[in-house]
Amino acid sequence: MTVGTRSRLTLRTLALSYLFVLVLVPLGMILYRTFEHGLVAFWESITTPAAISAISMSLTIVAIVVPLNVCFGVVTALALARGRFPGRGIVQAIVDLPFAISPVIVGVSLLLLWGVNGWFGGLADAGFQVIFSLPGMVLATLFVTLPFVVREVEPVLHEIGDEQEQAAATLGASRWQTFWRITLPAIRWGLAYGIVLTVARALGEFGAVTVVAGGVPGQSQTLTLLVHSRYIDDQNTFGAYAAATTLMGLALVTLLLMTVLNRKREAA
Amino acid sequence: MSVGHAETAITQPAAARRRAPRTAVGGVGPIGLGVATLWLSIIVLLPLAAMVAKALEGGVGELWDAMTAPAAVAALEFTIAASAVVTVINVVVGTLIAWVLVRDDFRGKRLVDAVIDLPFALPTIVASIVLLALYGPRSPVGLHLFATKPAVIIALLFVTLPFVVRSVQPVLMEADREAEQAAASLGAGNWTIFRRIVLPALVPTLLSGAGLAFARALGEYGSVVLIGGGIPHDTEVSSQYIAKQVETDRATAAAAVSVSLLLVAFAVLVLLRLVAKRSMRHEVTG
Repeated sequence: MTVGTRSRLTLRTLALSYLFVLVLVPLGMILYRTFEHGLVAFWESITTPAAISAISMSLTIVAIVVPLNVCFGVVTALALARGRFPGRGIVQAIVDLPFAISPVIVGVSLLLLWGVNGWFGGLADAGFQVIFSLPGMVLATLFVTLPFVVREVEPVLHEIGDEQEQAAATLGASRWQTFWRITLPAIRWGLAYGIVLTVARALGEFGAVTVVAGGVPGQSQTLTLLVHSRYIDDQNTFGAYAAATTLMGLALVTLLLMTVLNRKREAA
Repeated sequence: MSVGHAETAITQPAAARRRAPRTAVGGVGPIGLGVATLWLSIIVLLPLAAMVAKALEGGVGELWDAMTAPAAVAALEFTIAASAVVTVINVVVGTLIAWVLVRDDFRGKRLVDAVIDLPFALPTIVASIVLLALYGPRSPVGLHLFATKPAVIIALLFVTLPFVVRSVQPVLMEADREAEQAAASLGAGNWTIFRRIVLPALVPTLLSGAGLAFARALGEYGSVVLIGGGIPHDTEVSSQYIAKQVETDRATAAAAVSVSLLLVAFAVLVLLRLVAKRSMRHEVTG
């Protein structure tokens, strides 16, 4: 298809205008609204006690969710890539399930399982509160981020095959040694990419977390919940913009890492 | 049967020995498989089971009543309609953007390519706030879309932007340019070439991209919650309806509508998989 210069320019203009209006103009707008009162006002707004506790809550969730997802994600990916067992298709479908489910439904489901009147409601009576506190938010985040590590690592495992692993085993390496010396180095970029996606989603998750979190400022409020409560409950539009810009900064770092890792992964 | 097996085992002992460690090495063994299954069950399956059980608690009649409550139906209808509109726009514009990114060349193209991923990296609540800053009550461009249907559509377009673009892009890169050139040398116009050669190759990937975008739009909550306003019978989407039921302590109603939303999502995904299979078969036979 050799498109003439004029129609090519038309198509290019159309595509770029769409992106400009849909993505860039709103982003520019929020940056303007955040910084129109100067950097000091922005800084003060994101260092209030509530904001700091929200940031540390978000980071705590990430710090718990990422290692869990890495361990269990790699085990699941290995089982799916290397194992031949009945019901493999079902396991594959379950791994993809969180992609197809609304975050709000995730929250409702967790509420009905771990809540006071839920199946595991006895835990709450025993003093271990899941819902409206950190464990519930961690479970919600685990649910929505579960596919990332598995889906990034599994194709890499298929691609590298198991010949090197077999060679290592033949030479007397234990299963553990084989994993650390052969498998892990081979999947490292795919794993890193999966971790970045997990971190981004964990920081940004709102729907699932909002249902299971009480949203008590300073107790069970993440950065995304802070954005919402500042806008709705406090009528503090500027504060909401400032918190959103902070999240956006984290998202941009994520995007940068994604681009870099993607290039590494393709080069590997 | 068993005799045949025994025979193979006897005649090919070397192969059998070579195959024996194959399942064990590098794999995780039965313990690993058990751990993975347990993990998936606790994190994903058990909560969903509890939700479905809650929906069925009062019997099928009560479930049907909760599903067909007027506000629930209105929300579901609007959710499906909005998702359909968003998916169609995504298929057209997403293909256009992918084409420009693959076949066109201009300065800053790599930056534009990175911008496509932005909605994936950006938290949904930030998307909502970002759109409010532009189209909300203090709109600098005079577009007051807060709590209107177009606002919901724009929010959904924002979060679903990458799906179609990212599925079409790699296929376009590997597309058979020689066939396009051959068609051109035989006198086919650009539109004919696109329709007869480029588009058929894109159909399977377009369908999967559209399916992902549709599923995402169906369940979207964070980006809609602030800009949409959540007015019942108007701009309220199913996710908002469910969240509202939870807030007002009506867990059964929330579970019931969750089930209907899930059913729609699964129906769409299954349908798309079937269509994609058929179109692939067409490609092979035709």
